[in-house]
Amino acid sequence: MSTPMTPPSGSPVDEHLENEIELKEVEGLSQGQIVRRRFFRHKGAILGLVMLGITTLLALTSVGVGPVPGWWQWTPYQTPSVVDAGRPSMSLPTWLGGSGFVIGDHPFGQDEIGRDIFARVMAGVQTSLMVMVVIGTVSAVIGIAVGAASGFFRGRSDTVLMRLTDLVITVPTIVIGAVIGKIAGGVSGLVFAIAMGLILWTTLARLVRGEFLSLREREFVDAARVAGASNLRIIFKHILPNAIGTVIVSVTLLMSSAILLETALSFLGFGIQQPEISLGQLINQYQQAFATRPWLFWWPGLFIVVIALSINFIGDGLRDAFDPRQKRIPSERKMAKAMEADGSAARANASTVRPADDVRNAGTGS
Amino acid sequence: MLNFLFRRIAAGIATLVVALFLMFLLVDRAIDPLQDLIESTAPNKQQLIEQRIADLNLDVNVVVRFFQWFGDLLTGDLGTAWRSGRDVSSLLTHAIGSTLELVTAATFLAVILGVTVGIVSALRQYSAFDYIIIFLSFLLFSLPSFWVAVLLKQWAAIGFNDFLRDPVIAWPVIVGASLLVGLLWSLAIGGSPRRRVQVFGIATAANVALLAYIQLTGWWDRPQIGPVLLVVLGAGTAVAVVGVFAGLHNRRALWTALTVVALGTVLYFPMQVVFDSVVESNWLIAGLALLAAAVGYLVGRLYGGADWRLSAHTGAAVALVMGALTFVDQVLQVWGPYFKALGGRPIPTFGDRTPNLGGNYWVQTLDSFTHLALPTATLVLIAFASYTRYARSSMLEVMNQDYIRTARAKGLPERLVIVRHGFRNAMIPLATVVPIDIITLIGGAIITEAVFARPGMGQLFVRSLTDAEIEPVMAYLLVTAILAILANIIADIVYATIDPRIRLDA
Repeated sequence: MSTPMTPPSGSPVDEHLENEIELKEVEGLSQGQIVRRRFFRHKGAILGLVMLGITTLLALTSVGVGPVPGWWQWTPYQTPSVVDAGRPSMSLPTWLGGSGFVIGDHPFGQDEIGRDIFARVMAGVQTSLMVMVVIGTVSAVIGIAVGAASGFFRGRSDTVLMRLTDLVITVPTIVIGAVIGKIAGGVSGLVFAIAMGLILWTTLARLVRGEFLSLREREFVDAARVAGASNLRIIFKHILPNAIGTVIVSVTLLMSSAILLETALSFLGFGIQQPEISLGQLINQYQQAFATRPWLFWWPGLFIVVIALSINFIGDGLRDAFDPRQKRIPSERKMAKAMEADGSAARANASTVRPADDVRNAGTGS
Repeated sequence: MLNFLFRRIAAGIATLVVALFLMFLLVDRAIDPLQDLIESTAPNKQQLIEQRIADLNLDVNVVVRFFQWFGDLLTGDLGTAWRSGRDVSSLLTHAIGSTLELVTAATFLAVILGVTVGIVSALRQYSAFDYIIIFLSFLLFSLPSFWVAVLLKQWAAIGFNDFLRDPVIAWPVIVGASLLVGLLWSLAIGGSPRRRVQVFGIATAANVALLAYIQLTGWWDRPQIGPVLLVVLGAGTAVAVVGVFAGLHNRRALWTALTVVALGTVLYFPMQVVFDSVVESNWLIAGLALLAAAVGYLVGRLYGGADWRLSAHTGAAVALVMGALTFVDQVLQVWGPYFKALGGRPIPTFGDRTPNLGGNYWVQTLDSFTHLALPTATLVLIAFASYTRYARSSMLEVMNQDYIRTARAKGLPERLVIVRHGFRNAMIPLATVVPIDIITLIGGAIITEAVFARPGMGQLFVRSLTDAEIEPVMAYLLVTAILAILANIIADIVYATIDPRIRLDA
């Protein structure tokens, strides 16, 4: 806090100071730069990004993509002989209570016919990531199109489109998902993912519509119209970039729920069918073996949690980054210390600063 | 208001019919009633297939079949599940009861826990407690519910049953757990360092005392509340309720609450005789609960004073808690025989009732409770996270409003600002979220019921979809769609009732 001036007594000191810090920080930066800065400041989001990156890299390179082979010695479908009753060969380093760090032939163990769990889980992670990205893309495209059309044109098209979303919302997602998954899941994972995207766009459509309804009344839209811009140009060049924050955040969160939906449906048997591998399907397949071979059950679940958690943290970071009201709020202790230093400086200049009060307000986040 | 209701219901029915039509087409496309025959090797395969096509009208166009089904529906006939030959309405009646039990229990627990934790977390924004809660809610949010359910089933239930065989908690574990609980309490209550240390000490000591009492009196073998615990728990609740909602300086409210506790403890003894001599039912228990609340209200009214409503509400709330404790005590009294009847493994991992258990109302209630424990825990874990987040963000929003500043500026104590000005307004958005969330929970119940093999609606849906029976699937869709539409209407009405700025007639 190096603000040279203390505001006149009587005004809400801390808020003013905060605004000033914020303004100083973003001086001369473009919107994208501000957002990027704020995002990289969010430790959870960075951690999530790193975790997701490592997981993706591991899944793609270890068992390979499609015809390209990976560096891992087994494929998900090979059935080598069962070693040590299929127990995981990976053990923790000695300082963590294990018997020295080794990876071994089957780090995650083997199932009852000897298939390597590491390879299978990695293939499952690939499927889940693919499904997640496809669902995100499909529902983003539909959601933006429907939301933009109904919010921008209003009137009859709005009514029709919103009734359409009502229709989809009437039945819980997992129920429609089960019915559609039963049709599409048997075909291929990609078809399944596209079909899921076709039912998950409703929340996004409503959000985009809300944004469009308020943005279309703004002056810059009028200006664009006066300048002779077409409707499509106004939608895509003038309004959508201003709504992009909402869209990105909402799509990220949708992707994290999509991965849970996919695994849940595969678990119920209405999702991705064998021979394709999905994490939920692995859990379903191995749940009976829990008492005898718990490792079959642990790893797929753990990877679902890691992926979903990373995406949720990234989503949170994005939300903070795009939220214009977002202020950087230091911890209570830092704030108190700064206030104290500031307060003593202020007391020298003005007489009525209330350090105790400010500290409390900082704590409750006003 | 009526106008609004009519309009919404009409729109709802129209949406319902269209949704059912589309779902009928989809479900018909998804299932294949002939699959098992096509895969069979029976010599008269062709004939069997033709037979089934004729039975199920499969040669008729699907649109026509929808209208046949819909016509039957209008006359109140839900059809029959052709594989089992059972009437869908009778299947559905039992299933709905089982699912509603589960969803109600889960919603109650999740809302109460989630809102409390969320609000405390909002009041301690950017503190260690807040960060722990945020991380926890993220973690719970990312947990696949089926995974948690299988874990609970295979680990928690079996572990707990094993534990009950020899119920001894090691002392280091007791002390460790108590230290953790103490730390959480001190983080949640916050304040000056001295206050934190005090809270930490008191909470840890209380927790050690509680666990020691349970351990030393052999509570696990004969779990009960009994008059002693009743007084302790009742008085604790009374002080907590008064402390939060009225303030301990409000002597009338405090006396009301304590009187109700005393009254409840005295009534505990005659009630034992009453419960032994009448035939109980859920209705009777609900009636008694209402009666208890009315008595509590009356006590508060009789204490009078300018603010008698506050005392009366406090009295009613405490009376309800006392009634609930007495009820739980009654249920726990049959624990011994129940424990024996189940061979010492009282937490079942499948079904919603123990078959051929027999016993009176209390045994049946205990049985349904033990069956509910795990599925409810699963649903609560997931729902808790979202309620915490809602409550936290809405409380943060409210606490930044100008009227909170005004309330503080006019010198109200912080407790009043939070409870009257903050909490009430933070509840407005939540009230609209809860009805809609119930629908999500009903959807979530599909997974829970599948893992725990509870014969609820979700099970019915999954099994029928796998077995290619369209009637039960459509009945399930009908029920959930009606509930969803009702939930949306209720959410709007609730919103309009608690927020005077919203007018439904406009």
